[in-house]
Amino acid sequence: MNFLVNAGLFTWFTEPLDYTFVQYALLVATVCGITCAVLSCWLTLLGWSLMGDAVSHAVLPGVVLSYVIGAPFAIGAFIFGSGAVAMIGGLNRTSKVKEDAAIGIVFTGLFALGLVLISVIPSNIDLNHILFGNVLGVSDSDIITSIVIGVIVVSVLLFKRRDLVLYAFDPTHAHAIGLSPRRLEALLLGALALTVIVALQAVGIVLVVAMLITPGATAYLLTDRFDRMLAIAVGTSVVACVLGTYLSYHLDASTGGAIVCVLTLEFMAAYGLATLRKSGGATKEPTTEAVASVA
Amino acid sequence: MTNSVASVRGLHVGYGGTVALDGVDLEIEGGLVHGLIGMNGSGKSTLFKALMGLVKPSSGSIELFGGDSLAARRSGRVAYAPQNEDVDWAFPVSVRDVVAMGRYGKLGTRRRLRPEDHEAIDRALERVELTDLASRQIGALSGGQRKRAFVARGLAQGAELLLLDEPFAGVDKRSEATITTLLRDLAAEGRTILVSTHDLIAVPELCDEIALINRRIVARGTADEVLRPEPLAKAFGGFVPASALQLHEVAA
Repeated sequence: MNFLVNAGLFTWFTEPLDYTFVQYALLVATVCGITCAVLSCWLTLLGWSLMGDAVSHAVLPGVVLSYVIGAPFAIGAFIFGSGAVAMIGGLNRTSKVKEDAAIGIVFTGLFALGLVLISVIPSNIDLNHILFGNVLGVSDSDIITSIVIGVIVVSVLLFKRRDLVLYAFDPTHAHAIGLSPRRLEALLLGALALTVIVALQAVGIVLVVAMLITPGATAYLLTDRFDRMLAIAVGTSVVACVLGTYLSYHLDASTGGAIVCVLTLEFMAAYGLATLRKSGGATKEPTTEAVASVA
Repeated sequence: MTNSVASVRGLHVGYGGTVALDGVDLEIEGGLVHGLIGMNGSGKSTLFKALMGLVKPSSGSIELFGGDSLAARRSGRVAYAPQNEDVDWAFPVSVRDVVAMGRYGKLGTRRRLRPEDHEAIDRALERVELTDLASRQIGALSGGQRKRAFVARGLAQGAELLLLDEPFAGVDKRSEATITTLLRDLAAEGRTILVSTHDLIAVPELCDEIALINRRIVARGTADEVLRPEPLAKAFGGFVPASALQLHEVAA
């Protein structure tokens, strides 16, 4: 009996691997999981979730135009993603419109432009694939794009991770020792525009923000050290991406939806664990507040 | 003035239509603890930001160690300890991580710590008596310990001028005394300390020199000279804090 269950579980994982498209999907999902998780640690700590949402939606017209002129979609997406960041920053600096309003205006405007373009330009673009992802139908060039971008983003972020942590924690000190907080901010925003391209394929425009925030937020609940946070975020994110892809195959369900559902369940589990540990830990060791008020 | 660490001349800073600093002249002599005292909105923070090169003055000049602010920052001679509200105390870094950030200006692009950096961090932690708490998350410290952690960061950096923004906010009396002793010792070793505060009680024991600020420097001198009703009225716009008057009566 037990053996049969194990065998069933085993084939649940191995049987889909007979198909090349599933192998590709798992590869893209894993690359997406790692890239988004690493970036999400900084986005969570900086409170940039709305910015992530904005960049992911703003790439829509870029994707449509790329298809129209036959260019790789990543190029159009990057131009519009970084363009949106520049417009938000510019609007924020040169008017009294507050940052969240600037973000809201720019990203909905660009997203709307994308919708209009799709509806008026005759093409065989499937809006559903762009909005909700289509990891089970990725092309060879999509896969190469994802891997190249993923490797670049992850290496740069990890290479500069101490500076980026310093920037997120205390930009004034970064400035005080002669570093440029603006350059570090630009580095993170550039990484965001690139990461969105990777995540788009796996989960689609609408759910990209989940990949950009939830892994970091989940890890943040479980640790108070940045390096551990990175490791936990990558672990939970890859599990969600791989498991979500399998679930989507077996249940014939939306891949992006399945991935984000698993990710959210992991977050809820982490929240439960963190809450339990906090209430249970109070009797064993003093909490942060207690320590602070005593000393 | 001999041994001037920072000199500010005719400094004007404006934000949009409002004037934050309106002709500040200030010499900061080395090896002393200086207090910058004023009410909220008096331009204390703006002057700090200007010293750090974070705001662009509309006119006037700032010299740090005889050069410009950027040169002083690049050589690591200036350190800044932020106010409580400006720090995310839940950030996932340890006390040691924070102190280590003082070394970053001296490291390669990856900021990998070398043995001499670890030694400098250890010495700085020991100096502020936080060695035992080094592995704690930064927010798991008391108010006074948090301030000392940021002073340690400046020490690890090897800074000669330390700017401390409201170091006594959220700090109890005992910790206040510890911080005062620490800062006085650092000044005795030749470092220069500039403290911004509106807590007048702590000032006489801590500061050698005081500057009262209200968009410009309205009085300058020792605690005995400056903490008197007339200059305080100028600094606090007619409203002299009761604590300051008590202080004056005690002194007189």
